Amino acid sequence: MAEYSADTQPREVPPVAPDARGLRLRGLTLELGAKGAAKQILRGIDLDIPAGSITGLAGESGSGKTMTGLAICGLQPAGSRLGGTISYTGPRGSAPNLLALKPRAMNALRGREVAMIFQDPTASLHPMMTIEGQLTDGMRHHLKVSRTEARSRALALLERVKVPEPATALKKYPHQFSGGQLQRISIAIALSSEPSVLIADEPTTALDVTVQAGILRLLRELCDSLDLAVLLVTHDLGVMSALADTVTVMRYGEVVEHGTRYQVIREPRSEYTRALIDALPHPPAEEGSTPAPGALPPTPTRTDLR
Amino acid sequence: MAGHLTVRDVHVVYKLPGRRQLAAVDGVSFDLAPGEVLGLVGESGCGKSTLARTICGLEPLAAGTVEFDGQPVVALGLRKRPGHLLRIQMVFQNPYSSLNPRRRVGDQIEDALAIAPPSERSSVDRLLDDVELDRGAANLFPHQFSGGQRQRIAIARAMGARPDVLVGDEPIASLDASLQAKVATLMRDVALKNGASLLFISHDLSVVRVVADRVAVMQAGRIVETGPVAAVWNAPTDPYTRRLLAAIPTADGLGRLPAA
Repeated sequence: MAEYSADTQPREVPPVAPDARGLRLRGLTLELGAKGAAKQILRGIDLDIPAGSITGLAGESGSGKTMTGLAICGLQPAGSRLGGTISYTGPRGSAPNLLALKPRAMNALRGREVAMIFQDPTASLHPMMTIEGQLTDGMRHHLKVSRTEARSRALALLERVKVPEPATALKKYPHQFSGGQLQRISIAIALSSEPSVLIADEPTTALDVTVQAGILRLLRELCDSLDLAVLLVTHDLGVMSALADTVTVMRYGEVVEHGTRYQVIREPRSEYTRALIDALPHPPAEEGSTPAPGALPPTPTRTDLR
Repeated sequence: MAGHLTVRDVHVVYKLPGRRQLAAVDGVSFDLAPGEVLGLVGESGCGKSTLARTICGLEPLAAGTVEFDGQPVVALGLRKRPGHLLRIQMVFQNPYSSLNPRRRVGDQIEDALAIAPPSERSSVDRLLDDVELDRGAANLFPHQFSGGQRQRIAIARAMGARPDVLVGDEPIASLDASLQAKVATLMRDVALKNGASLLFISHDLSVVRVVADRVAVMQAGRIVETGPVAAVWNAPTDPYTRRLLAAIPTADGLGRLPAA
């Protein structure tokens, strides 16, 4: 349990070298609407998303956190104008600015190097295509592997994300799975082309707590073992506290606070972060019912992860 | 005070393809006393929404009884709801689909006022005040509001009928996290202020903890544990309740992964 003691929690974000693997956002701006009457959605976001680490992005709806994730993938709404730079350094090459890439180059990168998972897997998967089709599509396109090779990779991926009976699962359709299993499948699809960056936008918001716990563990394990640079977008500070290494808090398209998870959640420097934490449901203070952090059943340490 | 809800050994069964059957609610009993807030928690598929629908007469009973002030609640089918059952009102999960998009908010609340006994009738203005919305909201349409505001309208409409029992089926699940606790507390306050009891159904244990006096934990169609909120939280006796509580990630900044 020593790992979960407050004393060992880092308080300072380790510096990120300019050539470190991952994503680096500098002065990212996004404008929507006609010039003159334009709305500033992002007002200059600086953010490092280093490999092997989970970078949390918190904020209320409308703060621009989802838009930041979309902009990285080049999926911003049509007619929006982007500014600033997003540089990418990966194991197979790098790009000084994703925003300056030609569509063809961006297409080669998106889905290949930068993958995304979304809140509602029932909506993000194709309802009329088998799991095998959806798992192998990106692989065959990006990795140019044969059908047989793609199939065996698909099997391995489903095993990796712990979907029971992978061989049967491949032949099924999305409606035949529960929400938690579908989220595992969409994680498998995201990983199918061996990306180095994973954008997870509210990946557990639609799930029950016990299912959520499984997905959180899976994401942590994948990040650590595949050296993924993970951007975790969530409004749930409990999820943030469990999974993120660093936390960036956004409001009105600006970064209001950035630090390690312990510092941001336990020793917030900005008024806004404090208000956000206070808005969490707190148990009524009565008859000393507030359990101390250690009162909950002990949680296995990270090495217990299967 | 009237409005005692008694649920005794209720079974609700769905037919599955072939001859198979699913016991969605499998022998549930509980009481909801006037002025009480009961939280019903459980994961998807545990039967909590089916139970809510049964209490409102929207699902036929396979066995058992639901009684409201001594009179049985039976499934409605296509019939009009009998008068005494109008004292049970429901707030649904999704305010985007539970409000009529083509009618003004004020008119929809008026509908509810019309079924309240004349002596107890409130007004649109007062109901909007209760849910902390501007009185001008009455002239607007649902699409002109955010999700949280729409849920407030749905609460105002339900309260307009002067219910003795308000049932909320995941009423905050589709709202932003920063709003969930606020709307849940508001629902509790509005119900109690108007003399109604509240059955608050949610999969979010931390919100139920704040809102409810008593909590019932449901798993696979059965209630596995019930008791005062603080007792269940601090000393859960059922293994499932313990597992559920352990799975909630705490915002303690320690990177503690919840037990799966």
